[in-house]
Amino acid sequence: MGLPPSMQVEESEEGRILTISVGPQHPGSGHFRLVVKVDGDIIVDADPDPGYVHRGEEKMCEYRNYIQNIPHLERPMIADSCGILYPFCLGVEEIANIPVPERAKYIRVIMAELNRCIFELYWLGIYGIFLGHSTMFMWPMGDRELLIDLAEAATGARVTHAYFVPGGVRNDLPENFKERAFRQLDYFKHRLDQYKDIFYNNPLFLDRTKGVGVLSAQDAINLGVTGPVLRASGVKHDIRKIEPYDVYDQLDFEVYSMNTGDSYARAYVPLLEMYESINIIKQALEKMPSGSVRTKLGPNPRGPAGESFKRVEAGRGELAYYLVSDGTAKPYRVKMSVPSFRQIPAMSYLLKGSKLADMPAIYWSLNYWPVEADR
Amino acid sequence: MSSQGDQPEEGSQAKAEAKPEAAKPEAAKPVVQKPVEIPALEKGIIEKFTGRFGDKIKLVYAKPKRIRFNVKTEDVLDFARFLHDEVGFDQPISVAGVDYPKENIIEVVYHIGCCTKPEYTSSVFAFGLKLPRNDPKMPTLIPVYGGVEYHERETFEMLGVIFEGHPRLERLLLPEDWADIPPLRKDFSIKGR
Repeated sequence: MGLPPSMQVEESEEGRILTISVGPQHPGSGHFRLVVKVDGDIIVDADPDPGYVHRGEEKMCEYRNYIQNIPHLERPMIADSCGILYPFCLGVEEIANIPVPERAKYIRVIMAELNRCIFELYWLGIYGIFLGHSTMFMWPMGDRELLIDLAEAATGARVTHAYFVPGGVRNDLPENFKERAFRQLDYFKHRLDQYKDIFYNNPLFLDRTKGVGVLSAQDAINLGVTGPVLRASGVKHDIRKIEPYDVYDQLDFEVYSMNTGDSYARAYVPLLEMYESINIIKQALEKMPSGSVRTKLGPNPRGPAGESFKRVEAGRGELAYYLVSDGTAKPYRVKMSVPSFRQIPAMSYLLKGSKLADMPAIYWSLNYWPVEADR
Repeated sequence: MSSQGDQPEEGSQAKAEAKPEAAKPEAAKPVVQKPVEIPALEKGIIEKFTGRFGDKIKLVYAKPKRIRFNVKTEDVLDFARFLHDEVGFDQPISVAGVDYPKENIIEVVYHIGCCTKPEYTSSVFAFGLKLPRNDPKMPTLIPVYGGVEYHERETFEMLGVIFEGHPRLERLLLPEDWADIPPLRKDFSIKGR
Protein backbone atom coordinates (compact mmCIF):
# COMPACT_ATOMS: atom_id res chain seq x y z
CA MET A 1 0.00 0.00 0.00
CA GLY A 2 2.96 2.33 0.51
CA LEU A 3 1.59 3.58 3.82
CA PRO A 4 3.42 3.36 7.16
CA PRO A 5 2.24 0.49 9.37
CA SER A 6 1.01 2.97 11.98
CA MET A 7 -1.89 3.85 9.72
CA GLN A 8 -3.21 0.29 10.05
CA VAL A 9 -4.81 0.16 6.68
CA GLU A 10 -6.69 -3.07 6.17
CA GLU A 11 -8.29 -4.12 2.96
CA SER A 12 -11.50 -6.14 2.85
CA GLU A 13 -12.01 -9.10 0.57
CA GLU A 14 -13.92 -7.14 -1.98
CA GLY A 15 -11.10 -4.62 -2.05
CA ARG A 16 -13.46 -1.71 -1.72
CA ILE A 17 -13.78 -1.05 1.98
CA LEU A 18 -10.70 0.26 3.76
CA THR A 19 -10.45 0.39 7.55
CA ILE A 20 -8.42 3.32 8.82
CA SER A 21 -7.53 3.94 12.42
CA VAL A 22 -7.49 7.67 13.21
CA GLY A 23 -5.68 8.38 16.45
CA PRO A 24 -5.06 7.86 19.33
CA GLN A 25 -2.12 10.17 18.77
CA HIS A 26 -3.05 13.67 17.78
CA PRO A 27 -3.75 13.76 14.04
CA GLY A 28 -6.84 15.79 14.68
CA SER A 29 -8.46 13.54 17.21
CA GLY A 30 -6.48 13.84 20.41
CA HIS A 31 -6.06 10.87 22.80
CA PHE A 32 -9.00 9.26 21.10
CA ARG A 33 -9.33 6.72 18.34
CA LEU A 34 -11.84 6.65 15.57
CA VAL A 35 -11.99 3.52 13.44
CA VAL A 36 -13.46 4.60 10.14
CA LYS A 37 -14.35 2.39 7.20
CA VAL A 38 -14.27 4.13 3.86
CA ASP A 39 -15.57 3.24 0.45
CA GLY A 40 -13.60 5.57 -1.79
CA ASP A 41 -13.74 8.77 0.23
CA ILE A 42 -17.19 8.15 1.69
CA ILE A 43 -17.27 6.96 5.31
CA VAL A 44 -19.48 3.90 5.60
CA ASP A 45 -18.86 3.22 9.27
CA ALA A 46 -17.27 5.10 12.15
CA ASP A 47 -16.58 3.49 15.49
CA PRO A 48 -15.47 5.81 18.29
CA ASP A 49 -13.02 4.19 20.70
CA PRO A 50 -12.52 6.35 23.80
CA GLY A 51 -10.67 5.31 26.95
CA TYR A 52 -7.03 6.18 26.29
CA VAL A 53 -7.02 8.79 29.05
CA HIS A 54 -9.38 7.13 31.50
CA ARG A 55 -8.17 7.73 35.04
CA GLY A 56 -11.01 6.54 37.22
CA GLU A 57 -12.17 9.89 38.59
CA GLU A 58 -15.39 8.36 39.89
CA LYS A 59 -13.56 5.66 41.82
CA MET A 60 -11.05 8.17 43.19
CA CYS A 61 -13.91 10.26 44.56
CA GLU A 62 -15.01 7.41 46.83
CA TYR A 63 -11.66 7.47 48.66
CA ARG A 64 -11.58 11.20 49.45
CA ASN A 65 -13.84 13.47 51.39
CA TYR A 66 -15.90 16.16 49.71
CA ILE A 67 -13.24 18.86 50.03
CA GLN A 68 -10.34 16.65 48.96
CA ASN A 69 -12.25 15.84 45.81
CA ILE A 70 -12.14 19.40 44.50
CA PRO A 71 -8.69 19.59 42.87
CA HIS A 72 -8.78 16.30 41.02
CA LEU A 73 -12.32 16.70 39.73
CA GLU A 74 -11.37 19.64 37.55
CA ARG A 75 -8.51 17.76 35.90
CA PRO A 76 -10.65 16.19 33.17
CA MET A 77 -11.41 19.61 31.72
CA ILE A 78 -8.73 22.10 32.67
CA ALA A 79 -9.82 24.59 30.00
CA ASP A 80 -13.20 24.94 31.75
CA SER A 81 -12.26 24.04 35.30
CA CYS A 82 -14.98 26.14 36.93
CA GLY A 83 -17.65 24.60 34.74
CA ILE A 84 -16.77 21.04 35.67
CA LEU A 85 -16.55 21.79 39.38
CA TYR A 86 -19.74 23.83 39.59
CA PRO A 87 -22.36 21.04 39.82
CA PHE A 88 -20.23 19.12 42.31
CA CYS A 89 -20.28 22.09 44.68
CA LEU A 90 -24.02 22.56 44.16
CA GLY A 91 -24.55 18.88 44.92
CA VAL A 92 -22.48 18.90 48.10
CA GLU A 93 -24.33 22.01 49.22
CA GLU A 94 -27.62 20.20 48.78
CA ILE A 95 -26.47 17.05 50.56
CA ALA A 96 -24.78 18.77 53.49
CA ASN A 97 -27.26 21.66 53.50
CA ILE A 98 -24.63 24.38 53.25
CA PRO A 99 -25.82 27.97 52.69
CA VAL A 100 -24.02 30.14 50.12
CA PRO A 101 -23.53 33.89 50.60
CA GLU A 102 -25.08 36.09 47.93
CA ARG A 103 -21.78 37.61 46.85
CA ALA A 104 -20.28 34.17 46.31
CA LYS A 105 -23.13 33.28 43.97
CA TYR A 106 -22.34 36.29 41.81
CA ILE A 107 -18.62 35.55 41.81
CA ARG A 108 -19.34 31.99 40.76
CA VAL A 109 -21.44 33.16 37.85
CA ILE A 110 -18.72 35.60 36.79
CA MET A 111 -16.02 32.95 36.93
CA ALA A 112 -18.16 30.33 35.21
CA GLU A 113 -18.84 32.70 32.32
CA LEU A 114 -15.22 33.79 32.15
CA ASN A 115 -14.23 30.13 31.95
CA ARG A 116 -16.81 29.57 29.23
CA CYS A 117 -15.06 32.25 27.14
CA ILE A 118 -11.62 30.84 27.92
CA PHE A 119 -12.76 27.39 26.92
CA GLU A 120 -14.59 28.46 23.77
CA LEU A 121 -11.61 30.46 22.55
CA TYR A 122 -9.43 27.39 22.94
CA TRP A 123 -11.97 25.34 21.07
CA LEU A 124 -12.31 27.96 18.34
CA GLY A 125 -8.55 28.18 17.86
CA ILE A 126 -8.30 24.45 17.32
CA TYR A 127 -11.29 24.50 15.00
CA GLY A 128 -9.47 27.13 12.97
CA ILE A 129 -6.34 25.05 12.59
CA PHE A 130 -8.42 21.94 11.83
CA LEU A 131 -9.81 23.74 8.80
CA GLY A 132 -6.42 25.09 7.78
CA HIS A 133 -6.98 28.64 8.96
CA SER A 134 -3.82 29.53 10.89
CA THR A 135 -4.86 33.06 11.83
CA MET A 136 -7.89 31.70 13.61
CA PHE A 137 -5.54 29.57 15.67
CA MET A 138 -3.26 32.46 16.65
CA TRP A 139 -5.88 35.07 17.44
CA PRO A 140 -8.06 33.19 19.95
CA MET A 141 -5.00 31.73 21.67
CA GLY A 142 -3.60 35.23 22.11
CA ASP A 143 -6.87 36.75 23.28
CA ARG A 144 -7.39 33.86 25.63
CA GLU A 145 -4.26 34.93 27.52
CA LEU A 146 -5.92 38.21 28.50
CA LEU A 147 -8.90 36.41 29.97
CA ILE A 148 -6.62 33.91 31.67
CA ASP A 149 -4.78 36.83 33.27
CA LEU A 150 -8.11 38.02 34.57
CA ALA A 151 -8.93 34.60 35.98
CA GLU A 152 -5.45 34.37 37.45
CA ALA A 153 -5.90 37.68 39.24
CA ALA A 154 -9.03 36.32 40.88
CA THR A 155 -7.98 32.78 41.66
CA GLY A 156 -4.19 32.67 41.65
CA ALA A 157 -3.91 29.98 39.01
CA ARG A 158 -3.96 30.18 35.26
CA VAL A 159 -6.08 27.18 34.36
CA THR A 160 -6.77 24.78 37.22
CA HIS A 161 -8.30 27.29 39.58
CA ALA A 162 -9.88 25.00 42.24
CA TYR A 163 -11.80 28.16 42.98
CA PHE A 164 -15.30 26.88 43.70
CA VAL A 165 -15.78 25.18 47.04
CA PRO A 166 -18.93 23.94 48.73
CA GLY A 167 -20.29 27.01 50.49
CA GLY A 168 -18.96 29.65 48.12
CA VAL A 169 -15.64 30.44 46.51
CA ARG A 170 -12.15 30.16 47.91
CA ASN A 171 -11.32 33.87 48.13
CA ASP A 172 -12.77 37.24 47.23
CA LEU A 173 -12.01 39.08 44.00
CA PRO A 174 -9.06 41.50 44.04
CA GLU A 175 -9.75 45.19 44.50
CA ASN A 176 -9.47 46.51 40.97
CA PHE A 177 -11.07 43.48 39.39
CA LYS A 178 -14.18 45.24 38.12
CA GLU A 179 -12.36 47.97 36.20
CA ARG A 180 -9.89 45.52 34.79
CA ALA A 181 -12.62 43.12 33.72
CA PHE A 182 -14.61 45.85 31.98
CA ARG A 183 -11.55 47.03 30.07
CA GLN A 184 -10.59 43.56 28.90
CA LEU A 185 -14.13 42.50 28.07
CA ASP A 186 -14.63 45.59 25.90
CA TYR A 187 -11.49 44.71 24.02
CA PHE A 188 -12.60 41.08 23.80
CA LYS A 189 -15.95 42.10 22.32
CA HIS A 190 -14.15 44.13 19.70
CA ARG A 191 -12.04 41.07 18.87
CA LEU A 192 -15.11 38.88 18.49
CA ASP A 193 -16.35 41.27 15.80
CA GLN A 194 -13.05 40.77 14.03
CA TYR A 195 -13.38 36.97 14.30
CA LYS A 196 -16.65 37.28 12.44
CA ASP A 197 -14.94 39.08 9.60
CA ILE A 198 -11.90 36.91 9.25
CA PHE A 199 -13.33 33.50 10.05
CA TYR A 200 -17.10 33.25 10.12
CA ASN A 201 -17.55 35.17 6.86
CA ASN A 202 -14.58 33.49 5.25
CA PRO A 203 -15.47 31.48 2.11
CA LEU A 204 -13.04 28.76 3.25
CA PHE A 205 -14.90 28.29 6.49
CA LEU A 206 -18.34 28.52 4.89
CA ASP A 207 -17.49 25.94 2.24
CA ARG A 208 -16.08 23.52 4.75
CA THR A 209 -18.93 23.71 7.26
CA LYS A 210 -22.23 24.80 5.66
CA GLY A 211 -24.48 21.82 5.14
CA VAL A 212 -21.84 19.45 6.55
CA GLY A 213 -22.95 16.96 9.20
CA VAL A 214 -26.59 17.98 9.53
CA LEU A 215 -28.23 16.82 12.76
CA SER A 216 -31.99 17.21 12.97
CA ALA A 217 -33.67 18.33 16.17
CA GLN A 218 -35.37 14.97 16.66
CA ASP A 219 -32.14 13.04 16.23
CA ALA A 220 -30.30 15.44 18.50
CA ILE A 221 -32.77 14.78 21.31
CA ASN A 222 -32.82 11.04 20.74
CA LEU A 223 -29.05 10.73 20.70
CA GLY A 224 -28.87 12.70 23.93
CA VAL A 225 -26.48 15.41 22.73
CA THR A 226 -26.31 18.60 24.69
CA GLY A 227 -25.11 22.18 24.77
CA PRO A 228 -24.28 24.16 21.63
CA VAL A 229 -24.69 21.00 19.55
CA LEU A 230 -28.30 20.65 20.66
CA ARG A 231 -29.03 24.35 20.29
CA ALA A 232 -27.52 24.42 16.81
CA SER A 233 -30.19 21.89 15.85
CA GLY A 234 -32.96 24.24 16.90
CA VAL A 235 -33.67 23.03 20.46
CA LYS A 236 -33.50 25.98 22.85
CA HIS A 237 -32.33 24.03 25.84
CA ASP A 238 -30.00 25.85 28.20
CA ILE A 239 -29.81 24.88 31.87
CA ARG A 240 -29.01 28.48 32.82
CA LYS A 241 -32.45 29.45 31.56
CA ILE A 242 -34.67 26.44 32.18
CA GLU A 243 -33.40 25.55 35.63
CA PRO A 244 -31.49 28.61 36.85
CA TYR A 245 -28.89 27.93 39.53
CA ASP A 246 -27.26 30.51 41.79
CA VAL A 247 -28.20 33.95 40.41
CA TYR A 248 -28.82 33.26 36.74
CA ASP A 249 -32.50 34.00 37.26
CA GLN A 250 -31.64 37.58 38.27
CA LEU A 251 -29.62 38.29 35.15
CA ASP A 252 -30.94 39.22 31.75
CA PHE A 253 -29.51 37.17 28.89
CA GLU A 254 -30.50 35.42 25.69
CA VAL A 255 -30.25 31.78 24.69
CA TYR A 256 -29.30 31.42 21.06
CA SER A 257 -30.23 28.60 18.77
CA MET A 258 -30.05 27.98 15.06
CA ASN A 259 -32.17 25.75 12.90
CA THR A 260 -29.74 24.38 10.34
CA GLY A 261 -28.02 21.83 12.59
CA ASP A 262 -24.86 21.75 10.47
CA SER A 263 -21.24 22.25 11.47
CA TYR A 264 -21.53 25.95 10.71
CA ALA A 265 -24.36 26.36 13.22
CA ARG A 266 -22.43 24.36 15.80
CA ALA A 267 -19.51 26.76 15.37
CA TYR A 268 -21.62 29.91 15.28
CA VAL A 269 -23.68 29.29 18.43
CA PRO A 270 -20.55 29.37 20.68
CA LEU A 271 -19.60 32.73 19.17
CA LEU A 272 -23.00 34.18 20.05
CA GLU A 273 -22.66 32.68 23.51
CA MET A 274 -19.37 34.45 24.07
CA TYR A 275 -21.09 37.78 23.35
CA GLU A 276 -23.74 36.79 25.85
CA SER A 277 -21.12 35.77 28.43
CA ILE A 278 -19.60 39.24 28.22
CA ASN A 279 -23.05 40.65 28.85
CA ILE A 280 -23.62 38.35 31.84
CA ILE A 281 -20.25 39.10 33.44
CA LYS A 282 -20.82 42.86 33.15
CA GLN A 283 -24.28 42.61 34.67
CA ALA A 284 -23.07 40.43 37.51
CA LEU A 285 -20.17 42.78 38.26
CA GLU A 286 -22.61 45.69 38.49
CA LYS A 287 -25.17 43.89 40.64
CA MET A 288 -22.74 42.09 42.95
CA PRO A 289 -23.36 42.90 46.62
CA SER A 290 -20.61 43.10 49.21
CA GLY A 291 -20.26 40.63 52.03
CA SER A 292 -18.60 37.34 52.74
CA VAL A 293 -17.77 34.91 49.96
CA ARG A 294 -17.63 31.63 51.80
CA THR A 295 -19.50 29.76 54.49
CA LYS A 296 -17.09 28.47 57.11
CA LEU A 297 -17.10 24.70 57.15
CA GLY A 298 -15.57 22.11 59.38
CA PRO A 299 -12.86 19.92 57.91
CA ASN A 300 -15.22 17.11 56.97
CA PRO A 301 -18.60 18.41 55.86
CA ARG A 302 -21.20 15.68 55.67
CA GLY A 303 -24.91 15.26 55.35
CA PRO A 304 -27.51 12.58 55.99
CA ALA A 305 -27.83 9.60 53.68
CA GLY A 306 -29.42 10.65 50.44
CA GLU A 307 -28.71 11.64 46.89
CA SER A 308 -28.61 14.70 44.71
CA PHE A 309 -28.59 15.33 41.00
CA LYS A 310 -27.36 18.80 40.07
CA ARG A 311 -26.65 20.11 36.62
CA VAL A 312 -25.19 23.25 35.11
CA GLU A 313 -24.56 24.55 31.62
CA ALA A 314 -20.81 24.27 31.09
CA GLY A 315 -19.05 25.40 27.94
CA ARG A 316 -19.77 22.14 26.16
CA GLY A 317 -23.27 21.60 27.46
CA GLU A 318 -25.17 20.15 30.35
CA LEU A 319 -22.84 18.82 33.03
CA ALA A 320 -24.43 16.86 35.85
CA TYR A 321 -23.26 15.11 39.00
CA TYR A 322 -25.18 12.31 40.62
CA LEU A 323 -23.99 12.18 44.24
CA VAL A 324 -24.95 9.44 46.65
CA SER A 325 -24.16 10.02 50.30
CA ASP A 326 -24.28 7.36 52.99
CA GLY A 327 -23.94 9.79 55.87
CA THR A 328 -20.16 9.64 56.10
CA ALA A 329 -17.69 12.34 55.12
CA LYS A 330 -16.84 10.62 51.85
CA PRO A 331 -19.26 10.32 48.93
CA TYR A 332 -20.61 6.80 48.46
CA ARG A 333 -20.85 7.22 44.71
CA VAL A 334 -20.07 10.08 42.35
CA LYS A 335 -21.33 9.79 38.81
CA MET A 336 -20.25 12.47 36.38
CA SER A 337 -22.48 12.91 33.39
CA VAL A 338 -20.22 14.92 31.10
CA PRO A 339 -21.27 16.54 27.84
CA SER A 340 -18.38 15.12 25.82
CA PHE A 341 -19.43 11.58 26.64
CA ARG A 342 -22.94 12.38 25.51
CA GLN A 343 -21.77 13.62 22.11
CA ILE A 344 -20.19 10.24 21.19
CA PRO A 345 -23.36 8.69 19.69
CA ALA A 346 -23.79 11.72 17.46
CA MET A 347 -20.26 11.34 16.17
CA SER A 348 -20.70 7.95 14.56
CA TYR A 349 -24.20 8.93 13.45
CA LEU A 350 -22.99 12.05 11.63
CA LEU A 351 -19.82 10.59 10.16
CA LYS A 352 -21.64 7.75 8.44
CA GLY A 353 -22.21 8.79 4.85
CA SER A 354 -20.06 11.91 4.94
CA LYS A 355 -16.77 12.43 3.17
CA LEU A 356 -13.50 11.57 4.86
CA ALA A 357 -12.30 15.13 4.27
CA ASP A 358 -15.26 16.44 6.30
CA MET A 359 -14.28 14.36 9.32
CA PRO A 360 -12.31 17.12 11.11
CA ALA A 361 -15.06 19.66 10.52
CA ILE A 362 -17.70 17.36 11.99
CA TYR A 363 -15.57 15.89 14.74
CA TRP A 364 -14.46 19.19 16.24
CA SER A 365 -17.81 20.92 15.79
CA LEU A 366 -19.24 18.36 18.23
CA ASN A 367 -17.16 19.90 20.99
CA TYR A 368 -15.76 16.56 22.02
CA TRP A 369 -12.96 16.55 24.61
CA PRO A 370 -11.43 13.09 25.05
CA VAL A 371 -10.09 13.66 28.55
CA GLU A 372 -13.45 14.82 29.80
CA ALA A 373 -15.30 11.96 28.13
CA ASP A 374 -12.96 9.36 29.63
CA ARG A 375 -12.86 10.88 33.11
CA MET B 1 -33.44 19.99 51.27
CA SER B 2 -32.56 16.38 51.05
CA SER B 3 -35.89 14.69 51.51
CA GLN B 4 -34.11 11.37 51.74
CA GLY B 5 -32.68 12.24 55.07
CA ASP B 6 -35.10 9.99 56.81
CA GLN B 7 -32.64 8.76 59.37
CA PRO B 8 -31.76 11.63 61.62
CA GLU B 9 -28.60 9.97 62.86
CA GLU B 10 -26.41 12.87 63.91
CA GLY B 11 -23.83 12.59 61.15
CA SER B 12 -20.92 13.72 63.24
CA GLN B 13 -20.98 10.64 65.45
CA ALA B 14 -18.68 7.65 65.23
CA LYS B 15 -18.37 6.32 61.69
CA ALA B 16 -18.64 2.71 62.76
CA GLU B 17 -22.18 3.29 63.94
CA ALA B 18 -23.26 5.45 61.06
CA LYS B 19 -22.28 3.03 58.32
CA PRO B 20 -24.53 0.03 58.81
CA GLU B 21 -27.58 2.22 59.32
CA ALA B 22 -26.87 4.27 56.26
CA ALA B 23 -26.57 1.20 54.13
CA LYS B 24 -30.32 0.54 54.16
CA PRO B 25 -31.91 3.86 53.39
CA GLU B 26 -34.77 2.34 51.36
CA ALA B 27 -36.74 0.76 54.15
CA ALA B 28 -38.19 3.85 55.77
CA LYS B 29 -38.51 6.02 52.67
CA PRO B 30 -42.19 5.85 51.65
CA VAL B 31 -43.31 6.34 55.21
CA VAL B 32 -41.43 9.59 55.57
CA GLN B 33 -41.86 10.96 52.07
CA LYS B 34 -45.62 10.69 51.72
CA PRO B 35 -46.64 13.34 54.23
CA VAL B 36 -44.06 15.79 52.85
CA GLU B 37 -45.79 18.33 50.67
CA ILE B 38 -45.19 17.55 47.00
CA PRO B 39 -45.28 20.48 44.53
CA ALA B 40 -48.17 20.50 42.04
CA LEU B 41 -46.11 19.79 38.92
CA GLU B 42 -44.40 16.79 40.46
CA LYS B 43 -47.71 15.60 41.86
CA GLY B 44 -49.19 15.60 38.37
CA ILE B 45 -46.35 13.48 37.03
CA ILE B 46 -46.55 11.06 39.95
CA GLU B 47 -50.29 10.64 39.51
CA LYS B 48 -49.82 9.72 35.87
CA PHE B 49 -47.51 6.93 36.89
CA THR B 50 -49.44 5.60 39.83
CA GLY B 51 -52.55 5.60 37.66
CA ARG B 52 -50.81 3.49 35.04
CA PHE B 53 -48.62 1.20 37.10
CA GLY B 54 -50.32 1.13 40.49
CA ASP B 55 -48.22 -0.48 43.18
CA LYS B 56 -45.77 -2.09 40.79
CA ILE B 57 -43.57 0.98 41.18
CA LYS B 58 -42.37 2.70 44.29
CA LEU B 59 -41.83 6.42 44.75
CA VAL B 60 -38.39 7.04 46.27
CA TYR B 61 -38.53 10.81 46.53
CA ALA B 62 -40.19 13.85 45.02
CA LYS B 63 -38.39 17.09 45.60
CA PRO B 64 -38.83 20.21 43.48
CA LYS B 65 -37.80 19.34 39.91
CA ARG B 66 -36.53 15.90 40.87
CA ILE B 67 -38.57 12.70 41.02
CA ARG B 68 -37.39 9.17 41.42
CA PHE B 69 -39.21 5.88 41.18
CA ASN B 70 -37.97 2.38 41.72
CA VAL B 71 -39.08 -0.09 39.07
CA LYS B 72 -39.02 -3.87 38.82
CA THR B 73 -36.86 -5.38 36.12
CA GLU B 74 -39.79 -6.92 34.25
CA ASP B 75 -41.66 -3.60 34.08
CA VAL B 76 -38.79 -1.36 33.07
CA LEU B 77 -39.36 -1.40 29.31
CA ASP B 78 -43.06 -0.56 29.70
CA PHE B 79 -42.16 2.10 32.22
CA ALA B 80 -39.58 3.70 29.94
CA ARG B 81 -41.95 3.64 26.96
CA PHE B 82 -44.65 5.31 29.02
CA LEU B 83 -42.16 7.91 30.25
CA HIS B 84 -40.96 8.63 26.73
CA ASP B 85 -44.18 8.45 24.71
CA GLU B 86 -46.94 9.50 27.07
CA VAL B 87 -45.28 11.75 29.62
CA GLY B 88 -42.70 13.23 27.27
CA PHE B 89 -39.32 12.90 28.96
CA ASP B 90 -37.20 12.32 25.89
CA GLN B 91 -33.56 13.13 26.60
CA PRO B 92 -31.28 10.59 28.29
CA ILE B 93 -28.85 12.38 30.61
CA SER B 94 -27.10 9.72 32.61
CA VAL B 95 -27.05 6.04 33.53
CA ALA B 96 -25.36 5.31 36.82
CA GLY B 97 -24.70 2.07 38.63
CA VAL B 98 -24.33 1.97 42.39
CA ASP B 99 -23.03 -1.06 44.23
CA TYR B 100 -24.49 -2.01 47.64
CA PRO B 101 -22.61 -5.12 48.75
CA LYS B 102 -24.25 -5.22 52.18
CA GLU B 103 -27.71 -5.59 50.69
CA ASN B 104 -26.30 -7.69 47.87
CA ILE B 105 -27.79 -5.51 45.15
CA ILE B 106 -26.59 -3.27 42.35
CA GLU B 107 -28.75 -0.28 41.57
CA VAL B 108 -28.94 1.07 38.05
CA VAL B 109 -30.30 4.61 37.98
CA TYR B 110 -31.43 6.33 34.79
CA HIS B 111 -31.76 10.11 34.72
CA ILE B 112 -33.98 11.40 31.95
CA GLY B 113 -34.57 15.03 31.01
CA CYS B 114 -37.07 16.70 28.75
CA CYS B 115 -36.40 18.99 25.78
CA THR B 116 -39.76 19.41 24.13
CA LYS B 117 -42.45 19.96 26.75
CA PRO B 118 -41.91 23.42 28.26
CA GLU B 119 -43.56 22.52 31.56
CA TYR B 120 -41.15 19.64 32.18
CA THR B 121 -37.86 20.99 30.82
CA SER B 122 -36.67 22.08 34.23
CA SER B 123 -37.25 18.63 35.75
CA VAL B 124 -35.11 15.53 35.81
CA PHE B 125 -36.88 12.21 36.10
CA ALA B 126 -34.98 9.32 37.60
CA PHE B 127 -35.85 5.67 37.87
CA GLY B 128 -33.82 2.95 39.46
CA LEU B 129 -33.70 -0.82 39.36
CA LYS B 130 -32.40 -3.15 42.01
CA LEU B 131 -30.56 -6.08 40.50
CA PRO B 132 -29.14 -9.07 42.36
CA ARG B 133 -25.43 -8.58 42.78
CA ASN B 134 -24.35 -12.04 41.68
CA ASP B 135 -26.44 -11.95 38.49
CA PRO B 136 -27.22 -8.35 37.49
CA LYS B 137 -29.29 -8.53 34.34
CA MET B 138 -31.80 -6.14 32.84
CA PRO B 139 -33.18 -5.39 29.37
CA THR B 140 -31.45 -2.63 27.46
CA LEU B 141 -33.39 0.60 26.97
CA ILE B 142 -31.87 1.40 23.57
CA PRO B 143 -35.21 0.75 21.78
CA VAL B 144 -36.70 3.62 23.77
CA TYR B 145 -33.75 5.94 24.37
CA GLY B 146 -31.18 5.53 21.60
CA GLY B 147 -28.69 7.73 23.42
CA VAL B 148 -28.15 5.36 26.35
CA GLU B 149 -26.03 2.98 24.25
CA TYR B 150 -22.66 4.24 25.47
CA HIS B 151 -23.89 4.92 28.99
CA GLU B 152 -25.01 1.29 29.28
CA ARG B 153 -21.72 0.06 27.88
CA GLU B 154 -19.94 2.05 30.56
CA THR B 155 -22.18 0.65 33.30
CA PHE B 156 -21.53 -2.85 31.94
CA GLU B 157 -17.77 -2.58 32.21
CA MET B 158 -17.69 -0.57 35.42
CA LEU B 159 -20.19 -2.66 37.42
CA GLY B 160 -20.69 -5.81 35.40
CA VAL B 161 -24.39 -5.24 34.68
CA ILE B 162 -25.59 -7.24 31.67
CA PHE B 163 -27.98 -5.31 29.44
CA GLU B 164 -29.88 -7.95 27.53
CA GLY B 165 -30.38 -7.09 23.88
CA HIS B 166 -27.61 -4.49 23.80
CA PRO B 167 -25.91 -4.70 20.39
CA ARG B 168 -22.37 -4.12 21.67
CA LEU B 169 -21.57 -5.01 25.25
CA GLU B 170 -17.82 -4.46 24.98
CA ARG B 171 -15.08 -2.65 26.80
CA LEU B 172 -15.31 1.10 26.38
CA LEU B 173 -13.04 3.02 28.73
CA LEU B 174 -11.06 0.22 30.36
CA PRO B 175 -8.14 -1.50 28.64
CA GLU B 176 -9.17 -4.35 26.37
CA ASP B 177 -7.19 -6.84 28.44
CA TRP B 178 -8.70 -5.81 31.77
CA ALA B 179 -8.69 -9.02 33.82
CA ASP B 180 -10.01 -7.92 37.19
CA ILE B 181 -13.51 -7.49 38.62
CA PRO B 182 -15.49 -4.46 37.43
CA PRO B 183 -13.72 -1.50 39.07
CA LEU B 184 -16.66 0.46 40.40
CA ARG B 185 -17.80 -2.44 42.55
CA LYS B 186 -17.04 -1.80 46.18
CA ASP B 187 -14.86 -4.88 46.59
CA PHE B 188 -12.41 -3.55 44.01
CA SER B 189 -9.96 -1.33 45.81
CA ILE B 190 -7.32 1.01 44.49
CA LYS B 191 -3.84 -0.30 45.18
CA GLY B 192 -2.25 1.17 48.27
CA ARG B 193 -5.51 2.39 49.75
